[in-house]
Amino acid sequence: MGSGNRKKLDNPALEWLDSRLPIVSMIQKEYGVFPTPKNFNYFWNFGAIAMVMLVTMIITGIVLAMNYATTASDAFDSVERIMRDVNHGWLLRYLHSNGASFFFIAVYIHMFRGMYYGSYKQPRELLWMMGVLIFLLMMATAFMGYVLPWGQMSFWGATVITNLFSAIPLVGDSIVTLLWGGFSVDNPTLNRFFALHYLFPFLIVAVVFLHVWALHVTGSNNPSGIEAKGKQDTLPFHPYYTMKDAFGIVVFLVIYATFVFFLPNALGHADNYIPANPLVTPAHIVPEWYFLPFYAILRAITFDIGIPFTDIVLIPAKLGGVLAMFGSIALLFVLPFLDKHPVRSSRYRPWYKWFFIAFTVNAFILGVCGGKPAEGIWVPLAQASTLYYFAFFMVIIPFLNKKEPVLELPGSISESVLNKKGAKA
Amino acid sequence: MSEDDTKDNKQGHEDGETRRDFLYLTAAAFGAVGAASFAWPLIDQMNPAADTLALSSTEVDLAPIEEGQSITVMWRGKPVFVRHRTAKEIEEAKAVDLTVLRDKQADSDRVQEGKEKWLVMVGICTHLGCVPAGQKDTDVKGDYDGWFCPCHGSHYDSSGRIRKGPAPTNLEIPEYTFLSDTLIKIG
Ligand code: HEM
Ligand code: FES
Repeated sequence: MGSGNRKKLDNPALEWLDSRLPIVSMIQKEYGVFPTPKNFNYFWNFGAIAMVMLVTMIITGIVLAMNYATTASDAFDSVERIMRDVNHGWLLRYLHSNGASFFFIAVYIHMFRGMYYGSYKQPRELLWMMGVLIFLLMMATAFMGYVLPWGQMSFWGATVITNLFSAIPLVGDSIVTLLWGGFSVDNPTLNRFFALHYLFPFLIVAVVFLHVWALHVTGSNNPSGIEAKGKQDTLPFHPYYTMKDAFGIVVFLVIYATFVFFLPNALGHADNYIPANPLVTPAHIVPEWYFLPFYAILRAITFDIGIPFTDIVLIPAKLGGVLAMFGSIALLFVLPFLDKHPVRSSRYRPWYKWFFIAFTVNAFILGVCGGKPAEGIWVPLAQASTLYYFAFFMVIIPFLNKKEPVLELPGSISESVLNKKGAKA
Repeated sequence: MSEDDTKDNKQGHEDGETRRDFLYLTAAAFGAVGAASFAWPLIDQMNPAADTLALSSTEVDLAPIEEGQSITVMWRGKPVFVRHRTAKEIEEAKAVDLTVLRDKQADSDRVQEGKEKWLVMVGICTHLGCVPAGQKDTDVKGDYDGWFCPCHGSHYDSSGRIRKGPAPTNLEIPEYTFLSDTLIKIG
């Protein structure tokens, strides 16, 4: 972070600052002239969009916290007061609750982009893994945030999810008591969830910083998956990508605002407008939409895994479901080490491309299954989809490592862009 | 580093270990123990506090509960089901062949001797913690004339034992004592 061979700035005030703390030079280097592949498509907008959503969540969250009461007896009423009495409170809350959904939309697209174009491959493994860490922290943050309004879904969602830990052999029940700070989800649970819900977004900011730092060491991947080889392959980040990102952000924010103003509860659940009642469980508990695929995996394990033809159970169904759910995220984490195929982009991987498109469709099917009651056709469908999810990482990708033919790669980014233009003409 | 230090490092024991290595290791070990003993209060503060633990017993008057009726009381923030069972329910519960049960427990192990008509259980599904239906006459009671958990479909029988669905164990029986014929203390 030293000043290195810093260029003198013309503005004397900035120069005074920059010669003491070279922050202006740094911004210029990382966001001004930073050489960026010239062939980005719109999938490359979602990192910047996710960053905007993170900032939006923090700002709206802090002002909500100024009006929110962190006790089980008052939390629900304080959120209703935000909705009815606090000036613009309805707007702040709808921005925050819908913001969580749109943050996840941006991050999911960002992740699928990474998987389609092989952005997780050498030398960007660590960059990808920090991304998965951000995703985990986001899930924890959103889960705890959803508990704060202390409605029926808040309460029972918290109950069901914290109870997952009771599946851990021997220490499970002690862990659950530790999480609750009592014998059920109650006031102490709400208090600590609020404290952590306030903290975690700032941890996310820290990991995002490392994520972007690592990105600026390796440089960005691009739709061709070929490394930039020189000036002819790149553009300075500003003004080319500041403009393209700004455009994408505006389009995204228009859709977000449409939900905030016209469909503010479309992504939520009506039962969360009923105050939490520890004595009555709603007939149908569902998590927020962004958790549904993982919830489907959790519920897909309805059978004990044991030694065949004996009564011995090695992994009871409940533990099996929990392991499968956490395993599904762990697989994302180690993806860079599972996929050893030398080609990055799906454009030049004729087989992986279709298996990955199937993986994406499968993720949607899992999401639908997770939202339905666990009965009838939904159970075997969720099981088949769970099987494909795991097979994709553990069977298909290792198989493709050795067997998949490679399409001829263009010589450079420049060439790939020119060829495409040439073919069209 | 002074010249002496470097010498000290180089002229260690024959096996290459120096006094400095030993000091590093002991310092690190003390540091680790110190950090761990400071971490414990930070973690343990999350466990139930003294006042939470102090709330942990509840008395229930059984006199107003008619045969075939159930009530739900709060104990440690959880619902407890107290059911005055009918003769039919007791018969059904006793008649079950234990080998068909997932969590093998006789009805007599789930009630107190001579008080078979009183079934006292924590009303929390042992799967993931929902409250099963079946306390009201109008509730769905599942396939075994007991309770049914709507969350993921667990069926419990008239003794609160798991019969079908994902829950691993029977509904928990809390510790309770009869203070008199019509008064129990839970916890
Ligand atoms: C990673 C960023 C964040 C995510 C994904 C997130 C997510 C959520 C979600 C899903 C809710 C429930 C909304 C509802 O249904 O009402 C919520 C509520 C809340 N969040 Fe956040 N949040 C984030 C950052 C923050 C920050 C930095 C604060 C600052 C303290 C905050 C404060 C609150 C408060 C006070 C509530 C309760 C009021 C309400 O329910 O609207 N959040 N959050
Ligand atoms: S919580 Fe009762 S069946 Fe899952």
